[in-house]
Amino acid sequence: MASDSVFAAVVRAPEDPILGVTVAYNKDTSPNKLNLGVGAYRTEEGKPLVLNVVRRAEQILVNDESRVKEYLGITGLADFNKLSAKLILGADSPAIQDNRVTTVQCLSGTGSLRVGAEFLARHYHEKTICIPNPTWGNHPKIFNLAGLSVKTYRYYDPATKGLDFQGLLEDLGAAPSGAIVLLHACAHNPTGVDPTLEQWEQIRQLIRSKQLLPFFDSAYQGFASGSLDADAESVRMFVADGGECLAAQSYAKNMGLYGERVGALSIVCKAADVASRVESQLKLVIRPMYSNPPIHGASIVAAILKDSEMYREWTVELKAMADRILSMRQQLFEALSARGTPGDWSHIIKQIGMFTFTGLNSEQVAFMTKEYHIYMTSDGRISMAGLSSRTVPHLADAIHAAVTRST
Amino acid sequence: MALWNAVASRLARQRSWTAGVGSSRALSSWWHSVEPAPKDPILGVTEAFLADPSPDKVNVGVGAYRDDNGKPVVLECVREAERRIAGSMNMEYLPMGGSVKMVEETLKLAYGDNSEFIKDKRVAAVQALSGTGACRLFAEFQKRFRPESQIYIPVPTWSNHHNIWRDAQVPQRTYHYYHAESRGLDFASLMDDVKNAPSGSFFLLHACAHNPTGVDPSEEQWREISQQFKAKGHFALFDMAYQGFASGDPERDAKSIRIFLEDGHFIGIAQSYAKNMGLYGQRVGCLSVLCEDEKQAVAVKSQLQMIARPMYSNPPVHGALIVSTILGDPELKQLWLKEVKGMADRIIGMRTALRENLENLGSSLSWKHITEQIGMFCYSGMTPEQVDRLTKEFHIYMTRNGRISMAGVTTGNVRYLANAIHVVTEST
Repeated sequence: MASDSVFAAVVRAPEDPILGVTVAYNKDTSPNKLNLGVGAYRTEEGKPLVLNVVRRAEQILVNDESRVKEYLGITGLADFNKLSAKLILGADSPAIQDNRVTTVQCLSGTGSLRVGAEFLARHYHEKTICIPNPTWGNHPKIFNLAGLSVKTYRYYDPATKGLDFQGLLEDLGAAPSGAIVLLHACAHNPTGVDPTLEQWEQIRQLIRSKQLLPFFDSAYQGFASGSLDADAESVRMFVADGGECLAAQSYAKNMGLYGERVGALSIVCKAADVASRVESQLKLVIRPMYSNPPIHGASIVAAILKDSEMYREWTVELKAMADRILSMRQQLFEALSARGTPGDWSHIIKQIGMFTFTGLNSEQVAFMTKEYHIYMTSDGRISMAGLSSRTVPHLADAIHAAVTRST
Repeated sequence: MALWNAVASRLARQRSWTAGVGSSRALSSWWHSVEPAPKDPILGVTEAFLADPSPDKVNVGVGAYRDDNGKPVVLECVREAERRIAGSMNMEYLPMGGSVKMVEETLKLAYGDNSEFIKDKRVAAVQALSGTGACRLFAEFQKRFRPESQIYIPVPTWSNHHNIWRDAQVPQRTYHYYHAESRGLDFASLMDDVKNAPSGSFFLLHACAHNPTGVDPSEEQWREISQQFKAKGHFALFDMAYQGFASGDPERDAKSIRIFLEDGHFIGIAQSYAKNMGLYGQRVGCLSVLCEDEKQAVAVKSQLQMIARPMYSNPPVHGALIVSTILGDPELKQLWLKEVKGMADRIIGMRTALRENLENLGSSLSWKHITEQIGMFCYSGMTPEQVDRLTKEFHIYMTRNGRISMAGVTTGNVRYLANAIHVVTEST
C-alpha cells in the first residue's frame, strides 16, 4: 500500500483577509446584509455592472469569425500594450515616442506587480522596497514572494485621517539609496488619501534626489476623479523629468473587467535599447509562471481603446461610476451628520476612490458585522462602491451604534 | 463636478512646474547591465517563421493544432459556448481557486466520471493558468511544504519544465526516458532510475503523448512503473496536456493516471485545455492533488490558493466559462468529444502519410517511429545541424531537437516535408 500522503502535515491556511469577507458575507442569510468588503463596483441596485461599451466589444469579438484563440506571445497582445502605455503615460509622452517604454500584458494589477517585482529582485541592485503604511493587504505578500525585502513608510495619519506628509518625507528620506518605492498612483487603497499635486512634486524631488526607484500601482485610473488624465498625473510627473520608473496598471475596476484579469506592466527606461533588453528579461520571468497571458480581456480593452467612439463611451460610463461613488460619500457624510454621530466624519468626503478608511477599529467592525450584518475588512475600510442610496441609512445606523455604544 | 474642475485647473498650473524643475541628473539607466535574454527555444521558432517571406515555408515548430489547410481551428463547441456566454455573464472575480464548476468537470475527466475520490471530496483542486500555471503552482507548493525535495524530470522533456522548477527553486534531477537508437522508450534505464532514486522522491510524468518525443510507455509498462513507485514510496505528478488528443479517446489517454489511482498512489495532476479544446490563449487548466481525506484536501487547497493570491489573485474567468459550458451540457460535450477525435485522427493520418512518403522516397533509414509515437509531436531523430539545413534550405521551421509538430503537417505539405527530410538525412 502506498504510504501516507507526502502532504499529510499541511495545515489549513487562514482565509485571505479581503476575499474572506465575501466568503463570510455569502454565508449570511440576513436580508439586510451589506457587502462593503472587496472593491468591486456595484450599481444603485447593488448589482455588478458590465459596462455597455464592454458588452459592445464582446459582441464584436464573438461575431468576428476570423478570430482565433491562439497563444499570445509571452508579452501579450501588442495593441493592448501600446494602448495601455498611452493611457497611463499620455498619448504624447516623449518616453513612448523615444521607444523607451517596455509594456507587457499581465494578469491585472496583481500579476503586473508580481512580474515587476520578480524582475527587480533579479536585475536591480537594491532589494528593498518601501511600501506605504497601510497598503493593500496583498502588496507585502507579492513583494516578499518575489524576493524583495519589504519596509514601510509612514502614510496615513489616524489623527487627521489624512496624509502624514512629514512622516512620509522623513521615511523616504531615510530609505537606502536606490531603494524601490511603491506609490499608489491615485485613490490609495485602503485609505482613499492621496497627496495633492504640490505634495507629489515634493515627493518626486525627494525620490529623484535619493535615486529611489518609483514603482506605481495604478488600479483606479479614471475611477478616482472621473478623469483619466487627472488620475495619471502623478505617474506622468515622474516620467516627465526623464527618469525611470515602473507602473502596474489594472483594468479590473475602471473597465469592470475584474475576473478577466487584464493589466499591464510598463517599465520606463532611459534608452530604447535598454527597454528592449529589459523586455527580453521580463519574458524569462513570465514564461515559467504561466507562459503567456489570457487573450480575452485584453482583446476587449484593445477594441475599446483603439476606437475613438468606444473610447469616448467608456469615459462617460467611467465618470458615471466615479460620480456615483462621490455621491455615496456625500450621502453617508450627511447621514452621519444628521444622526449627530460623534466625531469628525469629513474624511469621508475628503478621501477619494473606491474606499473609505472609516477610522473604526476591529472591535467596532466586528460589532457592525454581528449586529447589523455589515461586512467589511477589519481595518475599518469600506468599499463605497457597495453602497446605494437605499443602504446608506443602514450603514449610518450601524456606524452610529458602533461609535456610541459603551464598551 | 466641483472636484473634477479643481483637479483640472491644478493640472494646468502643474504643467508649468515640472518643466526643468528637479529633473533627474543625466545618470545612466538602472538597467545598463541587463543582458539581452536568450530567445525561448520553442516560441522563438514561430517568430522566425513569421519573419520568413518564402512562399514554401512550413511551420512544424510550436505545438498548436492546424487543420488540413494549415489554419488554426476554433472548435464548433467552443464557438457555440461563446455565443451562449457573450452578453449574458458578469465579469466578477472568480474565487482564488477558480471556477468551481469548471474544476468539477475537469476532475471528472482525469479521475473518472464516477470517481470515488471526487465523491469523497479527497481531491484538492484549483483552476490554474493552463498547464504551465498548474505545474508552477505545484512546484511552489512542493517547495513550501516539502522543501527538502527535488523533482525528477524525464530526458528529454518540454523545455519550460526546467524553467518552472528552477524559478520555484526546487532542485532538479533527471531520469532516463528517450532511447535515441530505437527512437522509443528506454524502459530499462527508466526503471533503474526509479529504483535508484531515494525513497519518497518526486517524479514528473507525462500522462500521455510525451512532449517532445511522442514516446509513451505501454499499459503494461505503466503498471510496472506504478509498482516500482509503490515500492519506493515515490510521488507522481502527472502533466496531462493532451488528454483526448493522443488516441482520440480521453478515457484511454488517462490510463496511466487510472492505473496509479487503482494502485493507491496519492498523485498530483496538471491539466490543460490549451490543445484538446483549442483554448490556447485563454489559459485554462487545473492543478489537483489527491489527499487522504476531505479535511486534508481542504487544507491543501487553501495553501494552493495562498500561492495563487500573490501571483495573480484569481484566475481568468472567460476560458473557464467556455469549459464549464461545454462539459456541463451533454450535447456540447458530445460535440467536443467528436471534434477532439477528429483532431487526433487527422494527426494519426499525417503520421502515416509522412512515414509512407519517406519510405517511398527510398530512404534507407527506419521511419517506423513516426507512426509508433503518439500525440502532437514526432521526435524525428534529426540532429540540430540537419534541422538548421531544413530551415536554411527548405524554410521548414522546427525546434532544433528535431521535434516535428505533426499538427503543422498537411496533405498539402507532407510531400515537401518528406522530401526535405530525406535530402538532409540521406546525405549524412
